[in-house]
Amino acid sequence: MPRNYIARRIAKEFKDGMYVNLGIGIPTESANYIPEGTQVFLQTENGGLMFGPKPKRGESNPDIANAGAEPITMLSGGAVFDVATSFAMIRGGHVDMTVVGALEVDEAGSIASWKIPGKLLTGMGGAMDLLYGCKRVIVAMTHTDKHGNSKIRKKCTLPLTAAGVVDMIITDKAVFQVAEAGLYLEELAPGVTAAEIKQLTEATIMNINEWEHNEIT
Amino acid sequence: MAVQITTKEAVKKIIDKSSVMIGGFLGAAVPLKMIDEIAAAGIKDLTVISIGAGYRGGGVDIGKLVLNKQIIKYVTSHVGTDPNLIKQIVNEEVELELSPMGTFVERVRAGGAGLGAVVTPVGMGTEVEAMAEKITVDGKPYLLFKPIRADVAVIKAYRSDPLGNLQYQGMSNTNPIMATAADIVIAEVDEIVEVGEITCDQIGTPGIFVDYIIQGHSYAERKNVYEELWIATNKL
Repeated sequence: MPRNYIARRIAKEFKDGMYVNLGIGIPTESANYIPEGTQVFLQTENGGLMFGPKPKRGESNPDIANAGAEPITMLSGGAVFDVATSFAMIRGGHVDMTVVGALEVDEAGSIASWKIPGKLLTGMGGAMDLLYGCKRVIVAMTHTDKHGNSKIRKKCTLPLTAAGVVDMIITDKAVFQVAEAGLYLEELAPGVTAAEIKQLTEATIMNINEWEHNEIT
Repeated sequence: MAVQITTKEAVKKIIDKSSVMIGGFLGAAVPLKMIDEIAAAGIKDLTVISIGAGYRGGGVDIGKLVLNKQIIKYVTSHVGTDPNLIKQIVNEEVELELSPMGTFVERVRAGGAGLGAVVTPVGMGTEVEAMAEKITVDGKPYLLFKPIRADVAVIKAYRSDPLGNLQYQGMSNTNPIMATAADIVIAEVDEIVEVGEITCDQIGTPGIFVDYIIQGHSYAERKNVYEELWIATNKL
């Protein structure tokens, strides 16, 4: 499965006119696949709305950067502002969607992404505000960790970044909706079977029997 | 009204054990010249209040104060960009006070605006609950955080006039908020211009908040510094 499968799949969730904040890594890559004719306003938590690609050498502005302090450009019509205004947008529910990476997600829509006790100490940054405030939360990640363990758990084992906020999970193998009642398999990545997903997913998948039944018949 | 002083004079406002707010965002829009001067002066036991650590990889901007071991406490939302700082936190050489980024900013804003606390739902259901007091408003649970203030704030703006009025360009990020929240506010600027040259509607931080102005690197110099940094780190 190509790495950009996840990025391409995220891009299908962009709807015209949406205000979106993308996490670093694969979520940011998804901006390369925004469907033609769909206008998406990208927000960056350090204080920018409607930013564009990185500038050419010699054309960067030392004060125009993304949340990772990397150079970006502002598109015509874009705005820059302070971080209090930025988080008023985020926490105040003005941002339609955020796409973030995760270490673990569980069937209640809780997400762990900021800390591994004794191993990973970075601080939460803006992740908790984004997960709380954005209207729709999509988690984009690999289905399993490097040891092959399911990152979609019955219950997260690592410290939470937010509880019960995730709406959709997009992995390299499948797409899930997180509903009140639990996790629903919505789509399989090309070449992946429902049986494989069942085996690779610790969380209960509410509709896995239907998928398996369809595969058999 | 603000007074223009040299970087050497400005750094004397910061003494051992001071709490120092440093504007910017993970290395962008930071007061480069003042940070270099603080590093050169060797002031010790600082409490640094900054939204994140320095530029990715460490050793740059605020990361210089980390390498010099000048910091005993770091008040922030994110330290992931500076491995040296993480090491010092793990070794308990530096005390870490974390809050979520939006909460951090509001705590600084509250400190500058004379408010008694920040009340926010962010962090409910996580370890952050232990970092704050839980309160209920209209039947809903919230976390109450105390305001943050500093002895000295060192911020970065584009231009100032002799009255201390500041104009920003690009993302002002934490700078205008920190400009309100310290006993002494030092603004490092690219350019100092005559009164009136920054028009009233271009002023991002009115001079009432600013005590001292220092001439930083020019815009052209800063552009070179960042271009080199971004090219060296494969970001441009």
